[in-house]
Amino acid sequence: MTMKKPFAITLDPGSSLANKTGAWRTERPVYVDRLPPCNAECPAGEDIQGWLYHAEGGDYQAAWHHLVRENPFPAIMGRVCYHTCEGACNRGQLDAAVGINSVERFLGDEALKQGWQFDAPELETGKHVLVVGAGPSGLSAAYHLRRIGHRVTVIEAGEAPGGMMRFGIPKYRLPRDVLDAEVARIAALGVTFSYGEKVADIRASMAEVGADAAYLAIGAHIAKRAFIPAKDSAHILDAVAVLRSMEGEAPPMLGRRVVVYGGGNTAIDVARTARRLGATEAIIVYRRTRERMPAHDFELEEALEEGVKVKWLSTITGAEGGTLTIEKMVLDGEGRPQPTGEFETLDTDSLVLALGQDVDMSLLSGVPGLVAEDGVVQVDAATQMTGYPGLFAGGDMAPGTRNVTVAIGHGKRAARNIDAWLRGEVLAPKVPKPVAAFDALNPWYYSDAPKTLRPQLDIARRTSSFDEVQGGLTEATALFEARRCLSCGNCFECDNCYGVCPDNAVIKLGPGLRFEINLDYCKGCGICASECPCGAIEMVLEEG
Amino acid sequence: MIKQTEGSQAVAEAVALCRPEVICAYPISPQTHIVEGLGALVKGGELAPCEFLNVESEFAAMSVAIGSSATGARTYTATASQGLLFMVEAVYNASGLGLPIVMTVANRAIGAPINIWNDHSDSMSQRDCGWIQLFAESNQEALDLHIQAFKLAEEMSMPVMVCMDGFILTHAYEQVDMPDQAQVDAFLPPYEPRQVLDPAEPVSIGAMVGPEAFMEVRYLAHAKQTMALDRIPEIAAEFHEVFGRDAGGLVRGYRIEDAETIVVALGSVVGTLEETIDTMRAEGVKIGVLSIRCFRPFPMAAVRAALARCARVVVLEKSFAVGLGGIVSTDVRLAMVRIHVRGYTVVAGLGGRPITQDSLLRVLRLAVADELKNLTFLDLDWDIVNNHLAREAASRRTGPIAENLLRDIGASAPTRKARP
Amino acid sequence: MTQPIKFYQTGTFTVGNRLLPEDLRTVQSSEARDNSLNSGHRACQGCGEALGARYVVDAAMRATGGQLIAANATGCLEVFSTPYPETSWQLPWLHSLFGNAAAVGSGIAAALKVKAQKAGQAQSTIRVIAQGGDGGTTDIGFGCLSGMFERNDDVLYICYDNEGYMNTGVQRSSATPPAARTATTQPLGPEPGAEFGKGKNVPLIAVAHEIPYVATATVADLHDLEAKVEKAMSMHGARYLQVFVPCPLGWGAASCDTIRLARLARETGLFPVFEAENGEITAVTKIRRPVPVDDYLRLQKRFAHLFGPKGHPETIARIQAMADKNIKRFGLMAEEGAA
Repeated sequence: MTMKKPFAITLDPGSSLANKTGAWRTERPVYVDRLPPCNAECPAGEDIQGWLYHAEGGDYQAAWHHLVRENPFPAIMGRVCYHTCEGACNRGQLDAAVGINSVERFLGDEALKQGWQFDAPELETGKHVLVVGAGPSGLSAAYHLRRIGHRVTVIEAGEAPGGMMRFGIPKYRLPRDVLDAEVARIAALGVTFSYGEKVADIRASMAEVGADAAYLAIGAHIAKRAFIPAKDSAHILDAVAVLRSMEGEAPPMLGRRVVVYGGGNTAIDVARTARRLGATEAIIVYRRTRERMPAHDFELEEALEEGVKVKWLSTITGAEGGTLTIEKMVLDGEGRPQPTGEFETLDTDSLVLALGQDVDMSLLSGVPGLVAEDGVVQVDAATQMTGYPGLFAGGDMAPGTRNVTVAIGHGKRAARNIDAWLRGEVLAPKVPKPVAAFDALNPWYYSDAPKTLRPQLDIARRTSSFDEVQGGLTEATALFEARRCLSCGNCFECDNCYGVCPDNAVIKLGPGLRFEINLDYCKGCGICASECPCGAIEMVLEEG
Repeated sequence: MIKQTEGSQAVAEAVALCRPEVICAYPISPQTHIVEGLGALVKGGELAPCEFLNVESEFAAMSVAIGSSATGARTYTATASQGLLFMVEAVYNASGLGLPIVMTVANRAIGAPINIWNDHSDSMSQRDCGWIQLFAESNQEALDLHIQAFKLAEEMSMPVMVCMDGFILTHAYEQVDMPDQAQVDAFLPPYEPRQVLDPAEPVSIGAMVGPEAFMEVRYLAHAKQTMALDRIPEIAAEFHEVFGRDAGGLVRGYRIEDAETIVVALGSVVGTLEETIDTMRAEGVKIGVLSIRCFRPFPMAAVRAALARCARVVVLEKSFAVGLGGIVSTDVRLAMVRIHVRGYTVVAGLGGRPITQDSLLRVLRLAVADELKNLTFLDLDWDIVNNHLAREAASRRTGPIAENLLRDIGASAPTRKARP
Repeated sequence: MTQPIKFYQTGTFTVGNRLLPEDLRTVQSSEARDNSLNSGHRACQGCGEALGARYVVDAAMRATGGQLIAANATGCLEVFSTPYPETSWQLPWLHSLFGNAAAVGSGIAAALKVKAQKAGQAQSTIRVIAQGGDGGTTDIGFGCLSGMFERNDDVLYICYDNEGYMNTGVQRSSATPPAARTATTQPLGPEPGAEFGKGKNVPLIAVAHEIPYVATATVADLHDLEAKVEKAMSMHGARYLQVFVPCPLGWGAASCDTIRLARLARETGLFPVFEAENGEITAVTKIRRPVPVDDYLRLQKRFAHLFGPKGHPETIARIQAMADKNIKRFGLMAEEGAA
């Protein structure tokens, strides 16, 4: 039936499309990708939100591939990274930070279990880069350079790859099979390794292998000493040597009572190792308070759980036979420890000094333009290049916080800049995207979900074996944890903008394609922006 | 079938024969018997399928009717007096939307003072609402007009009000010829709406129209009513063919061919007037009566043609425009614009005041002698009126007119004393 | 672990979510939604009523397979959607008057019933909604609404409650809350804004009619709203849904805060969200993030006179007391430790 519609009173459906209400607009919504705070915080520059996005959907392989674009060691990271990302995580202001580290470990372990491999380089550049040191930084650089298509030779002084990951971090934190597997995957990319070879003159070594550039990442392995008046009989060791000897044939002889001097993570590693080697007492002597201790509190906490003791506000002023002299300290107004003149003694079988490490810079002698200051090689912070063109450096031997993740970050940055340098270019500095701060979010929309805790080994086995202390997540718990991600600053296709627009002016483009504003009808009310859970829409003033 | 029945019941049965699909009503005297009758027919299953809704007001009654009519259902309701006024907003709306609702108005006065008896104030208040208004002279015609009304309304896509005098017709037992269903079905085809709410062809009905098109919309409503002027006599002729009776049409003259004086009237009073005319004719007075059966659209040409050859016109109407005078007269005068006849207005029967032969004879004789005032109130009690006017002249604050009048005729409760 | 795998990041708070199974996503998340109220309508920026109307009607369209007719009261919704020569509606739609939408709905339902009977069906497959603003519902249309209720006519009536006569320039209705400034309740005198102790609670009055279904909802909780529409459309007889739709213009609020305000109205307890069947309240939506009424009131210029140095803290306290009363009366607060 065709209706005889009365004039003006009865109208055809949907005819208002002729009225382009977009003309009312003074502001327009624009989709943005803000930098999630976790990504901003990550020393290795991981796109954490990016790989969590895939993990949320249960596509762990895609998540892993996305992750390793920045960092080839998710299984290692998931164990040893201090995950400062979680401290920056906006979810921390809601309930508890997303367990990024635990999901990363799950992905890393899943990759090893499933045998996922890196994508082979798309082309061979014909350039050759020498990497000195197979620690985290050198391996990271080698990996990234190889993926770009450069030929890479790694020369390592030790007998096995890993650097501090092998010779500094105890097995109970990083099982060696995990380390070996993740390194093997880099080797499988076609990186050449040479072990037990110490580079004495970098320029000579470069010439020898025909390298077009080099990355130095030899670490810091020389233990710092403190002046402690000690008689011959005192059994004094350094932490680096103790931890390295754990990788040797015979474990170090520390005795039943062990004192560790220092307040860093290494001190704690040594004390916990001592407990596992049978020490009934492992005492850390530290000159300041717990609040001022450089070691991470969770590591201290685990150590305390395992029976490690700490003498706070104490310095060792002498050692004679099995007896240490300890002086009590107080903190001055600026938080520095000051002697009090009060002394006590402490009996011990051995004293381990964990006071930090220095860099052995002998291989750099005679290189022109090179600057060594504060015990490290100075580099351009943006490129990791030293004063000598084509020679880059990073990790513990360069300025920066000394930890595995920072070292990996140096390696990546160096690799990308070496690549540019080899092409005769300079990488344009990245314009930093604005960070998606908590107040840019609309947290209402996120479901309440407490953080998933990883299982821990029971105390008895923690003090009697070197079995890994911290367990991993199951698939279900990893998925849950991944889905706790707020996707700060990056659209995760929740359809909110599409749903909340009073003018149907948001076009849904389909899975993975996100959305588009229909400017013909958008009146610029801004509801889409204010109801975007993750702050991925910005209102921008219209011109004119 | 010839039967002796009450006017309301006759209308109810006639409406039922039209197979209405939705009936909604709110009771008001003197309309009640009509909808009671229909309610019984629906409840008893004689009229089926049909939805009979007992609504909570006349406003709702007309609103329900709007909804059902727009959904393509043949829809009927009935009201009177205050009820018509209470639904006015919806009455205008129904016509504005072009919905072919048929409504009986059992004509009754409008208060205050409240009065349940017959006059035409209610229908006349709605003469500009866009509905077709048909007036019945008798119960037979009331019955017949309803059958015609559905056909007219649905063809024109316009609502129709069938006006019948409250009590005088609605409550009068008379003999009527009730058609059978087959006859009505032959005359009245099923309702085919011009526009309808249907998910298969969605439209928006009832748009807001601004200055750019509102005049045109109003003109088109007028043009449509004008077209009805052609269609109404045709339908009356078709009706005659099927039912063998005269009913409806625009106007009907009685002894007007050579009349020097023509009385114009609407509704049941026409019957009374015919008797009066017969009396006067017997006395040799050339007088006739013109019944306006369709008041809206106003049959200007037909009225003019009927009045063209007479010398004077007396409009006898049961309605009154306060501050002006006659309502029907005003329209009739328009029809007389270029014909030179004298015109008189007699307002009669307000609030159920009986219109007697004697009174009619008296005023019509005065009219024929051209001694009638232009505006005359039939059987007005001038004593009461003058008393009150005198009182008012003395003091501006005399209290409510109605109570004062009642006191004058000794029918009032003691006047409340003003508080100190 | 209470929900080891059934966790979708935003759960069911967002409109959709790529992780949710299709059947757990809202109608509004679908590219195939009807957009019953189409683009090009002339509602103000950030109009809550435009949003609420599309939410409700799209959901009803989904629930009825597009077999739906709407009656619409006069008001903003009607004016902004159907100015000649354009309409935004994509379903059969009828506007009659300000105060008769419920009765028009009754008429449509009656007509459909007869047509169904003539077609040999027990019930019509075409369903009816009637809709209007709070003025058209709680005031001028109240008689027709109550009549539709008591007759149990097969109509879902939706009141889009923006707490005042916005179309005519923001005057007070019986749904205007105490202390609110409107053009007819100016912030003057000892009790500025709308007076306390006035107004009516139409949802509860609807419950008192013992009709099959009564519910309240807000534009801030789409899943809840759509579930209620779907439930309502699964039932027959008179049904009533009151949807809280903030009005940026009338409330003096930012156009981007429409949903935020609706959320706060619920979370403060000022707008209780509940369901009732056959005269009994059967469910309430618990407050998820309790907030004081200040947080809600401060975003609206209609309450601006309550704040600042010449403010009325005692009035704010009275409003808080109203919220507290609702919380107690409806049991809006989640039990400790639950959920």
